[in-house]
Amino acid sequence: MKLAYWPGCVSRGFTPELHGSMDLVAPKLDLELVQLDRANCCGAGVIAEHNQELADTLNARTFAMAQSVEGAAGMMNICSTCQGAQSECQERLDADGDYRATVNSTLSAESLSYEKSGDWWNKNFLWLLVEEIGLDKLRSKVVRPLEGLRIAPFYGCYIVRPTKRLGMADHPERDQYLEYVIDALGAQPVEYAGARKCCGFPVITMNKTTSLRQAGRHLADAIDAGADCLVTPCPLCHLNLDMQQPEASKYVERDLDVPVLHLPQMVGLALGLEPKALGMNGHVVKTKDVQRKIAELAVA
Amino acid sequence: MPDYTLKIRRFDPESGQPAYWSEYDVEVDPERSVLQGILDARDKQDGSIGIRCSCRAAICGSCAVKINGKVSLACNTAIGEAADKAGPGNPIVVEPMNNYPVLKDLIVDMDAVHWRKIQRVTPWLLPEGPPPEREHIVPAESMIDITQSMACIQCGACVGACLSLEVDPEFVGPAALAKAYRFVGDPRDGQEEERLRDLAEDPHGLYDCTHCFACIEVCPKDVAPMSQIMRLRRRATSDFGIKDRNNGYGHEKAIVGMIEKWGTLHEAQMPPRSYGDGSMIKGQTEPSAVKALIADLPTALRGFRAGKMTIKKVLHHPKLPGQENVRRIYDEVESKDERLELNMYIVGESGGEEQGAMSEGGLES
Repeated sequence: MKLAYWPGCVSRGFTPELHGSMDLVAPKLDLELVQLDRANCCGAGVIAEHNQELADTLNARTFAMAQSVEGAAGMMNICSTCQGAQSECQERLDADGDYRATVNSTLSAESLSYEKSGDWWNKNFLWLLVEEIGLDKLRSKVVRPLEGLRIAPFYGCYIVRPTKRLGMADHPERDQYLEYVIDALGAQPVEYAGARKCCGFPVITMNKTTSLRQAGRHLADAIDAGADCLVTPCPLCHLNLDMQQPEASKYVERDLDVPVLHLPQMVGLALGLEPKALGMNGHVVKTKDVQRKIAELAVA
Repeated sequence: MPDYTLKIRRFDPESGQPAYWSEYDVEVDPERSVLQGILDARDKQDGSIGIRCSCRAAICGSCAVKINGKVSLACNTAIGEAADKAGPGNPIVVEPMNNYPVLKDLIVDMDAVHWRKIQRVTPWLLPEGPPPEREHIVPAESMIDITQSMACIQCGACVGACLSLEVDPEFVGPAALAKAYRFVGDPRDGQEEERLRDLAEDPHGLYDCTHCFACIEVCPKDVAPMSQIMRLRRRATSDFGIKDRNNGYGHEKAIVGMIEKWGTLHEAQMPPRSYGDGSMIKGQTEPSAVKALIADLPTALRGFRAGKMTIKKVLHHPKLPGQENVRRIYDEVESKDERLELNMYIVGESGGEEQGAMSEGGLES
C-alpha cells in the first residue's frame, strides 16, 4: 500500500527512534511511504489557539500535498497529536465550502488545493493497522509473538476525543485498537485507569505540577496493574512518560521505572526486528528488562 | 419489556461504612432513560438510593452521573444504548461523577466544587460607565459568538470529567472558564482585560487546562468548554498581549514563532522561548526564565545521555524546503483585519456546505 506519510516534528526531533522504527516496520507490512518533506508542523492545537484560519491553512497545505501523491491510498501520521490537530482542521475545512475556498485561495500561490472527498483519509498508524491492514494480516506477519509481555496501552487524548470529530460514529472501536494490536502481537494488554487519560505534556512549560502529576499517576497505575511496559502512538506523550519520568516520580512521591515503547517499536519486535535497531537503547527509561524478555522469545 | 441490570455505586458518608455496589434488575423500554431505570429501582426495590433529578428532559442539569465510565445526564441516556455499551452479560455501571465529594450515592456536592468555581469568575456583567437610557444595542454577530457558552445548563458534567481537576483540585475548571468567556466575549462587559489578566495570572487558571477534550466529549449541550478556554487564551495573548507568569503567552508565541521561522518545531528552543515570552534572548537572560531552565537541566542531561538530544540538534534546526511558502501563509492570514473563525456550533458539521454560508458569527474582531 502506497501512502503519503507525515512523520511530524517530534519523531524527527527528540524521539528519533519513532521515525526510525516506522521506517523499518513499513516494508515488513508492505507499506510504501512517500514522506511529505515540505509539509509543516500541524500546530499541535496551539496555532489553532492563536489563529484558527492560520492553523487550518497550514494543515490544508499538508493535506493538499498528500492528495497530490500519485497512487497513494491516503495519508498516514504517527502521532496522536497530529491526528487530533489535523482532524480538527479537516472538520472545519469540510464543513463549509466558502471557508474552504478562502483557505484554498491562500494556498493557490503554491498551486496547491485541498479537495473535500469522502474517499480521502488521514490515519494514524494505529488506525491504519486495524482498518487498512487488518488484524488478521498483522497476525500472519508476526514471527515473534510477544508472549508473556504485559503491555499497558496509552492512547493520547488527541486520538480518542472528541469521538464525533475522530470518526467514531463509523469506527466505534477506535478507542480499543491498542488493546487489539497488543493482543494480535501475542502480548497481554494491561487494564489500568490511565489508558485514555492525559499525559500532561501540553502544560509542561506552564504548570509542571499538573503536568507531571498526570504523567506520574498514570505510570504508577500501569506499574500497579503489573505492566512490563507501556505503548503509545503519541511521541508527545512519550516525552512526558519517558523523558520526564524521573522528574514525574518526584511529583507522585514514588519510584517509577517502567519503559514506554512507541507503537512501531512494539509492532517491529513482533515482526522480528531487533530492539537495538528499533532504537530501544535511545530511551531515558532503560528498556533492558523488556529486551531480556524479548531475547528469550523464539523467532519463528 | 426487556430486563436491564443496573450496578449502582452506593455510599453514605454519614454511615461510617465504606462504599459498596448494589445491583438492581429493572424492566423498562430500551428507549427510556437510565434515570427511569434508577427511579424504578428506587420506587420498587430500594427507597434508599440517592439520585438528584428534576426535569427529566436534559434542561435542569441535575442528574449528571457516570454511566459505564463516561459522565452523562442520566435522563438523556437511553437505557438500551447504555446496555449495548456495557456489552452482553454486563450490568450498566452507574457511579457519581469524579472530582466532587459524594453527599450520598449518586448525589455529589455541587456547592463545594461547581458553584464555588463559577463564583470565582465573577459570573455577571460588569458594564462600563453609566447604563444607557434604553437597552444596550450590540451587533448580532458578537452575541452569536457567545451563544455556545450561553447554552450551558450548569450540570457540572465537564467538571466531573476534567482530567486536570483530577490532579489539581484548585483548577478553575471548564464550566467556570466557559462562563468567563460568556462575559469576556460580551460587548457590553467593560472588564474584558481585567477578567483575562486575572485568569491568565492564576496558576490554576487559563493555562492549567491540559487540552484533553474530556469536557467537550461529555457536555450534553455542545458548549465545548475547552474551545471557550482556547478563545480566552487567544484574546489574552493576541488582543491584549497579556504576559502571564505561567508562560502561557510565551508558550503560544514560542510555537507560533518557531513554525513561522523553520516550519517545524525546534524542541530544544521550546523551553527558553516559552519562559521568555517567545524570545530566545529573554528566555536565557531573565531571572525567572533562567531559574526555570535550571530546573529543566536534569531532564535535558538525561536527554543528552540517551542520545535524544545532541549538540548539533540543539544548535541547528533545518528550515523546511520551501519555507518561504509557510511564511507567506503567515503574512497573508495574519495581515487580515479580522481573525476569521468558523464557528462550528453555528455552522454545524455540514450545515454551511448546503447553504454555502460562512457563519458571520465566526468573525471575531
